[in-house]
Amino acid sequence: MGQPDAAPAIAGRLRTIGTAAIFLALLWVAGRQTDFSFVDLWTGANDFFGFFLRLNPDWRALSQIWAPLLETLQIAYLGTVFGTLLAAPLIFLASFNTTANAPVMWIARTILTLIRSIPDLLYAAILAPILSIGPLPGVVALTIFTMAVLAKLASETVEAVDPGPLEALRATGAGRNRMIVYSVLPQIGATMTSYILYVFEINVRASTVLGLVGAGGLGQLLVTYLNFFDYEGIAVLIIVIFAVVLLIDAASVYIRTRLL
Amino acid sequence: MIEFHDVEVVYPNGFKALKGINLEIPRGQFVVIVGLSGAGKSTLIRTVNNLVVPVAGDVRVDGKSVTKATGGELRRLRSGIGMIFQTFNLVKRSTVIRNVLAGRLGDNNALLSLLGIFAKSDVALAHESLQRVGIPEKAFVRADALSGGQQQRVGIARALAQRPSIMLADEPVASLDPPTSHSVMRDLKRISREDGITTLVNLHFIDMAREYADRIVGMNGGEIVFDGTPDEATDDVFERIYGREIDEEHDIRGAA
Repeated sequence: MGQPDAAPAIAGRLRTIGTAAIFLALLWVAGRQTDFSFVDLWTGANDFFGFFLRLNPDWRALSQIWAPLLETLQIAYLGTVFGTLLAAPLIFLASFNTTANAPVMWIARTILTLIRSIPDLLYAAILAPILSIGPLPGVVALTIFTMAVLAKLASETVEAVDPGPLEALRATGAGRNRMIVYSVLPQIGATMTSYILYVFEINVRASTVLGLVGAGGLGQLLVTYLNFFDYEGIAVLIIVIFAVVLLIDAASVYIRTRLL
Repeated sequence: MIEFHDVEVVYPNGFKALKGINLEIPRGQFVVIVGLSGAGKSTLIRTVNNLVVPVAGDVRVDGKSVTKATGGELRRLRSGIGMIFQTFNLVKRSTVIRNVLAGRLGDNNALLSLLGIFAKSDVALAHESLQRVGIPEKAFVRADALSGGQQQRVGIARALAQRPSIMLADEPVASLDPPTSHSVMRDLKRISREDGITTLVNLHFIDMAREYADRIVGMNGGEIVFDGTPDEATDDVFERIYGREIDEEHDIRGAA
């Protein structure tokens, strides 16, 4: 009995050892190439916490923060709404069970993969000089990001729906759009709302830094403060960002648990 | 009238599900198809609405080929063929009436039905269909709040909302307890009689096949191995269809 099992067992062990070796080798190479050092990290950490201790919030900065804060939230909101609208048709074209045909499905998936391969900050950096510095490149960058991420998440949800109702509707002679509206949408509605809220959370966080590359919002103020070494202002800004992101995360988590 | 001419189905994995089926079912007949799992029963009834596409042969409904139909023509043919399923296939999060109205989607104004707007006559037909299966009071309840038997009745109502001339039932009572199974079968039979609907039912259970069928078709290995009246379908015949003895250990009669 033991003999036939021995070979696969050895193969399995070799695979485990091989995986571990590759993992450790990559770790070593990455550490060498980036000059990673625990000593530097230790001294750096002291400076890091020292920086926070030196931060002495000057609450008068608040009056300057409200407007860009509102802008940041509006950029995130617009990006989420436009991105969701653009994602809607792609979601169903990229899912095997609702697509029109195989070539269309692969085209939709390829477009999504290509879009997703570029990070949102890079989009904003490219778009800022083209669309002129301000909130507009931020909105466009987050729209693209939302579209790609949401379509990916949602099409996985669409592909996981109960195929029974789809078959039932196909049997009644309903076309593709009606099958989607009557059998897929009711099944994915709650999950989709949850995903949209989640992407909005990510977008709020992202839009606080988009200003670093000139795409409007709080980030732009952050750059100004940094340039003037205004640590009292930066302190207030960090606290505000922290509070807002925490608040939106909490609200979104609350709504999502209520939905599912 | 449904005609099968040399119908062959091969699945992508190479499995031959139907091996040259020839069958003719006159209008209004209540036919029960029996056989083991994998005998080809589900495949056979799915060729009638082209959910399964044969590699050879032709299935005709009232003289029109379903097999060769495509696009809008196929959807029109399907809209006249109701279908109910073992797992009911309702949209569980939608209301009962919305599930029944889905039966109207085959021949309806595209834009309006996408917006959820149905003609008064469609809504009336949906309520009437629920009335006929005995659950008119459940119209605005969510489908997943119903019992299994009630969900299958919604399935029947959805099919009835199509005003079908043919009804396909794929193991309609396999997920139900015996008393519920019988009441669902009685409903199916009664509706088939009242409306003159040609009905094809896949069943596992011998007793039920004998009790409700006008005609029994036995399948084994993708072929028809018996075709006759319930009286002709003796225990010997069933043993031949199932390819084994009917004994207590392998009881396939089903409890009453």
